[in-house]
Amino acid sequence: MAYGEKVMDHYENPRNVGVLDKDAKNVGTGMVGAPACGDVMRLQIQVDDNGIIEEAKFKTYGCGSAIASSSLLTEWVKGKTLDEAAAIKNSDIAEELALPPVKVHCSVLAEDAIKAAISDIKNKA
Amino acid sequence: MTTPIYMDYSATTPVDKRVAEKMMQYLTMEGDFGNPASNSHYYGWQADEAVKKARQQVADLIGADAKEIVWTSGATESNNLAIKGIAHFYHKKGKHIITLKTEHKAVLDTCRQLEREGYEVTYLDPMANGLLDINVLKAAMRDDTLLVSIMHVNNEIGVIQDIESIGNLCRENKIFFHVDAAQSAGKVAINLAELPVDLMSFSAHKIYGPKGMGALYVQRKPRIRLEAQMHGGGHERGMRSGTLATHQIVGMGEAFAIANAEMDEENIRIRALRDRLLAGFDGMEEVVINGDMDARIPGNLNISFNYVEGESLMMAINDVAVSSGSACTSASLEPSYVLRALGLTDELAHSSIRFTIGRYTTEQDVDKAIALVREKVEKLRDLSPLWDMFKEGIDLSKVEWAAH
Repeated sequence: MAYGEKVMDHYENPRNVGVLDKDAKNVGTGMVGAPACGDVMRLQIQVDDNGIIEEAKFKTYGCGSAIASSSLLTEWVKGKTLDEAAAIKNSDIAEELALPPVKVHCSVLAEDAIKAAISDIKNKA
Repeated sequence: MTTPIYMDYSATTPVDKRVAEKMMQYLTMEGDFGNPASNSHYYGWQADEAVKKARQQVADLIGADAKEIVWTSGATESNNLAIKGIAHFYHKKGKHIITLKTEHKAVLDTCRQLEREGYEVTYLDPMANGLLDINVLKAAMRDDTLLVSIMHVNNEIGVIQDIESIGNLCRENKIFFHVDAAQSAGKVAINLAELPVDLMSFSAHKIYGPKGMGALYVQRKPRIRLEAQMHGGGHERGMRSGTLATHQIVGMGEAFAIANAEMDEENIRIRALRDRLLAGFDGMEEVVINGDMDARIPGNLNISFNYVEGESLMMAINDVAVSSGSACTSASLEPSYVLRALGLTDELAHSSIRFTIGRYTTEQDVDKAIALVREKVEKLRDLSPLWDMFKEGIDLSKVEWAAH
C-alpha cells in the first residue's frame, strides 16, 4: 500500500502516544476495534475544570493508516470541548490524511474511538 | 536512492543475468527470432533447436522425458490446464476432486469453477504444521474421485508435502494426481521417473527465469490425456496452442539448467542465511514460527510477531522488501487463508511476516533485517494497546471486542 506524506509523517512520528489514568474522573477511555479485524485503537482524553480537552493519548494496534488516524485525532481534539470533539467526522480524517478507499474504515474507527471516550467520561460524571 | 533489500523471493525472483543474456539472443534480426513451427527454413529450424534444448533442460531438472513437457504461460495456466483438462476429459470416470485448503489460488479458484460446472470438490484441512495427514486424504477418497491436487511446497509457509506417499495412495486408488510445484522446482529434488505423479506444474520466474513462462509435466507412460483450454494451431501436441515464445522458453530452460547444476550448494548457503535470520530473533518475546520447520524449503521463514500488525511492521521495515499475511495487505481485508487454515488466531495471522531468501541475499542483508525488525517490533509494541494488555496479564481471547 503506497501512502501519502501525511500518513507517513504520523506513522513515523506518532503524536501523543501514551496512557492516562483510566480510573481518574476527568479521563475518558475509548477502546474500539478487535484484534481479529487487524486493528484496535485506545484513545484517552482528559478534560480540565472548564470542560476543555487538555490532554489526549492513544495506542493503536493496526496498519499505518489506523495509527495515523488515531495520532491525527489526538492532535485535533486538544483544546476542544466534548461537544466539539464529538462533531469530528471520519470523512474529515480521511480527507486530511488522503486515505485510499480501502483504508477509510480506519478513520471510521477513529471516530468511534473519540465517541466512546466521550461517552465514558460522561458516564463518570 | 538506495533500493530496499529484497527478501521476497517466493513472490518472484530477478532473472539471473546468465539467463537474460541467453534470452536476448532470440529476439532481434541478428538473433534466432524465427517461429519454431516454421519447419521449412533456417530461421524456424534455429528456433526449434533452441526450444528442443530448453525442453531437455527443464526435463533434466525434474527427471522427466522432454516429450512430457508442455509449455505454458506460467504455473497458473499449468494448474488450470491440468485440473480442468483432466476433469473435462475424464468426466465420465467421476466428478469428485480432492485438494488442500492451503493450495495456491490458481488451484482453489480453478476448483471453484469446476464446482460451478457440477463437479464436487473436497477441501482438506492441513495439520497445524501445514502438512497433509495422509489418513485424512485416505478418508476423503471415494469411488468417484477423479483427481487429487496437492502442492509440493507452500508459497506462504514453505512446507514440503510428502508427494511420494500421497502419489502412492492415489495410484492404489486409481486416482489422477496433480502437483503444483511452482515453489519447489530448483529448491527440492524432484525425480518424476520415480515419483507417482501424473501432472506437475512449473513456473520460470520463481527460479530466476522470466515471468510469463511455465510448463506442465504430463506423464506419457501410462499416457495422461487432457482437454485443451487454448485452441488453435495444435502446438504442444494439441494440449496448448499458441506460437512458442522462443526467448521465454530459452530463459526457462537456462534457469532450470542453472538450478540443476547449483541447487545443492545453493541450498546449503541459503539455509545458513535463513538460520542466521531466525537466530537473530532469539530472545524476542511472543514470536511464533508458522509451519513445520523441518519439512520446509531452506529459504523460507514465516514468523508472527504477536501484538504487532503485519502491514505496519512491513512499513516500519521498509528497507527490507517482505510480505505479510496481514489483511491490510490484501484488498479483501481478510488475513491469510493459509495461516487461518493452520488454525492460527486472526491476530497471529495479522501479525505474520514472510521472509524469503534467495540467490542474491547476503549475510549483511540478513543482519540488517534482524536489526531493523528488532528495533521496529519494539517501537510498535510500545504503540500497541494489545501489548499493554498482554503485559498486564489480560487474556485477549476473553475480552469482548467491539468488532466492526
